[in-house]
Amino acid sequence: MPYIPLESHLPGITGLLEYSKETAEPIRNLTQILLRGPSTLSEGDRELIATIVSHGNQCKFCTTAHTAAADLYLGENDTAQKIKENIETAPVTEKMKALLTIAKLTGQSGKNVTTAQVERAKAAGATDIEIHDTVLIAALFCLYNRYVDGMGTALPADAGYYNILADRLVNHGYTRLPQGYDHLKK
Amino acid sequence: MAHINVPEGVPGIRSLVMFRPETGKPLYELAQVLLRGESTLSPAERELIAAYVSYRNNCTFCYSSHAAAARCLYEDDELIVDEVLKDMQQAPVSDKLKALLNIAGKVQVLGTEVKQADIDAAKNLGATDRELHDTVLIAASFSMFNRYVDGLASLTPTDPEAYAEMGVRMAKGYTLPQQPQQ
Repeated sequence: MPYIPLESHLPGITGLLEYSKETAEPIRNLTQILLRGPSTLSEGDRELIATIVSHGNQCKFCTTAHTAAADLYLGENDTAQKIKENIETAPVTEKMKALLTIAKLTGQSGKNVTTAQVERAKAAGATDIEIHDTVLIAALFCLYNRYVDGMGTALPADAGYYNILADRLVNHGYTRLPQGYDHLKK
Repeated sequence: MAHINVPEGVPGIRSLVMFRPETGKPLYELAQVLLRGESTLSPAERELIAAYVSYRNNCTFCYSSHAAAARCLYEDDELIVDEVLKDMQQAPVSDKLKALLNIAGKVQVLGTEVKQADIDAAKNLGATDRELHDTVLIAASFSMFNRYVDGLASLTPTDPEAYAEMGVRMAKGYTLPQQPQQ
């Protein structure tokens, strides 16, 4: 049971974003720019950053949802699983290993990001904007993970919910659906 | 030195949003609606929650600037801010605000640290659903802002006077800083 009254057909973050639309709007806009806006990092890579941070924060809802979105972009379900197990042996580029490590450290504390890790990313070709966006995506998911779990939101009753959600995140993005979410009521 | 090439001499988050105004805009809009928008928690109380979380995250720029903003907003009661940072449970604030700060402190650690008993304690002292929501979201948002500011090693002034000036400006609200004139 969530700690405040949220609509029962909207598990995880969605119920919170509908509960408080005034705060949801800048959060949604920020996420849309960072994860779907023009970038030299692919949408799949950016979803992997969201996944590794949510995993580190033990947020089940966010980890499952962004793993599903990353899987959909990448067309396979191996990479997202592997980065959660071990970044260094996962099937991603050296640049992504460096950025995922920066994201993971940001998730622990901003102060844990070292010059050495940033230099590693730059040596592997990461630009300043890519490093900026990696840190801000990681920081943003520290917001989401704490919001979702700190309000005790419900997990979906049916695991199929994550596939529908991932499809929406890939084909629509992070902005509010123009028609709202009443169509999800059973 | 910041980890990336942000404008020189500009402190903290201001340097980061000048580097990337596209993401800066929603970040400042979020700060404004959370800390200055309509709420039964006063702007002073909300700045105090922001300062408390930032202090616990050891983010010197964020806690110093939000503590300064809170001192401005508390006016004659400005000493409350430092008492809360020193020892929240002994500070001269209401039991309801202590219960909300307790929840904010748990959110700072991890969302799953917040338990039904923490929520019930705050509700029994008169906290509304909306106040619980806003407390958790302010704490979650500062878990973001703190990591953004420190994760990119943005400039952190050491002169307390610099923060006093920021506090006066922040007390009036949050508007996206413009690029410095070339």
